[in-house]
Amino acid sequence: MLISALLIGLTRALVGAAPRWQGSAPSPAQRIYFANHSSHVDTLALWSALPRELRRHTRPVAAADYWNTDAVRRCIAVRGLNAVFIERQRSEATKDPLAPLTEALAAGDSLIIFPEGTRNLQPLPGPFKAGLFHLAERFPDVELIPVYLENLHRCMPKGSFFPVPLICTVRFGAPLARIAGEDKADFLERARQAVIDLA
Amino acid sequence: MSAQDKFYWLMGGIGAVLLLSSMIGWVLSRRVSGESGRAVVDNLNARIKAWWIMVAVFAVAFMLGKMATIVMFALISWFALREFMTLTPTRPGDHRALSVSFFIAIPLQYALIADEWYALFSILIPVYGFLLLPSLSVLAQDTEHFLERAAKIQWGVMLTIYCISHVPALLLLDIPDYAGQNALLLFYLLLVVQLSDVLQYVFGKLFGKTKIAPVVSPSKTVEGFVGGALSATAIGAAMWWITPFSPLQAAGMSAAIVIMGFLGGLVLSAVKRSLGAKDWGSMIQGHGGMMDRMDSVSFAAPVFFHLTRYFFTP
Repeated sequence: MLISALLIGLTRALVGAAPRWQGSAPSPAQRIYFANHSSHVDTLALWSALPRELRRHTRPVAAADYWNTDAVRRCIAVRGLNAVFIERQRSEATKDPLAPLTEALAAGDSLIIFPEGTRNLQPLPGPFKAGLFHLAERFPDVELIPVYLENLHRCMPKGSFFPVPLICTVRFGAPLARIAGEDKADFLERARQAVIDLA
Repeated sequence: MSAQDKFYWLMGGIGAVLLLSSMIGWVLSRRVSGESGRAVVDNLNARIKAWWIMVAVFAVAFMLGKMATIVMFALISWFALREFMTLTPTRPGDHRALSVSFFIAIPLQYALIADEWYALFSILIPVYGFLLLPSLSVLAQDTEHFLERAAKIQWGVMLTIYCISHVPALLLLDIPDYAGQNALLLFYLLLVVQLSDVLQYVFGKLFGKTKIAPVVSPSKTVEGFVGGALSATAIGAAMWWITPFSPLQAAGMSAAIVIMGFLGGLVLSAVKRSLGAKDWGSMIQGHGGMMDRMDSVSFAAPVFFHLTRYFFTP
């Protein structure tokens, strides 16, 4: 609790992270928030922008190869953010890399994911990876909320260690509609466009 | 009258004016009907409420003393620079220059004021900052729009750090027969600038016809400027008793503050327009951002500081 309060305070002081609910309102409904990914502070910014009571049931998805590597990062990810780790490199062919995420969703938690899979220097997101599609298929009742993180690519571009304190806004869009029988590529492109439309 | 007594009279007067404004605002909010009228009155009341808070914050900082005042202005610079840079297009190559502006230039400039080191304080940013900031950016080897980017950062740093820091710098002036009262001079500057802004707005709303610079700022009119400037100068002259000036000198000083404040508002309005924004931010309810309130101050402060320094210190 103390760690998350500290992280949120620091995030707000440095980058503002003011929420703008444009197409949806804060709601306890189970959701997957998916956003563009351009800096180290993205997760913290999105998480800080959520109301406190929603944060308790919303778990950011973090790359295990980065966040689960040393004690400090693990402490921030696990104790501060209650993160779910995901393996970006598939170790065994049989193992489902999405298993930790589906477990969290099955337990009733909401998720924050960055479908690009890695950080991107540009203001607009690149192509999305398939994870979002599979999660959406397996959990048809979970709302899919597109989120655009504005200005964060300027605050902390790749390769920098400290954010420049520019004011960042977190824009929450309308839930992505489900289209029966839509194929993977179309779905992912539509999801990406929903994020871009908020830019 | 001691400095303490003057301070209490001043706060009492400001409190009385704000109380009156709040009452007028309350009466208007009960009488007004129609969508646009309601919007204007709501904005007016939000502004009055924000004035109460701003005056309270300043009063507390002054009562806590010199260090609190300096820290408060360092924070004002921080928020103003943050707004300026948020609207200004920069590239990843400027990251180092921006970090230095926020994390080194601001603390250093205000530390020099706390240390009363006038000689370095007055050249740190215009000379060393001017040379250092583009030098940091150039190391990233991004030549795209290099001159514009360097100029934008330089302008932001000049206005939000260097110019605004001249307000607390009034504390380091050694004015004969005025020792221990410099905080009042600081209040005087802010009071005249802000009153001039408010009165220009009021006169403009009441009598405004001829626009001064419609392209830059559609709300600024000749009638508003003349009425606001004359009345703010008159009030400034009437406030001579909290300053080291005679009534006539106070009128001259106020006129200088008013004119510079007007130009500051106009120039920063043009900057805002060139960046495609209406307000600098949304920090202060009803007023916009920090820079929307500090635009006139940033132009008036250095001029007032130097006029006082040249004519009233040995």
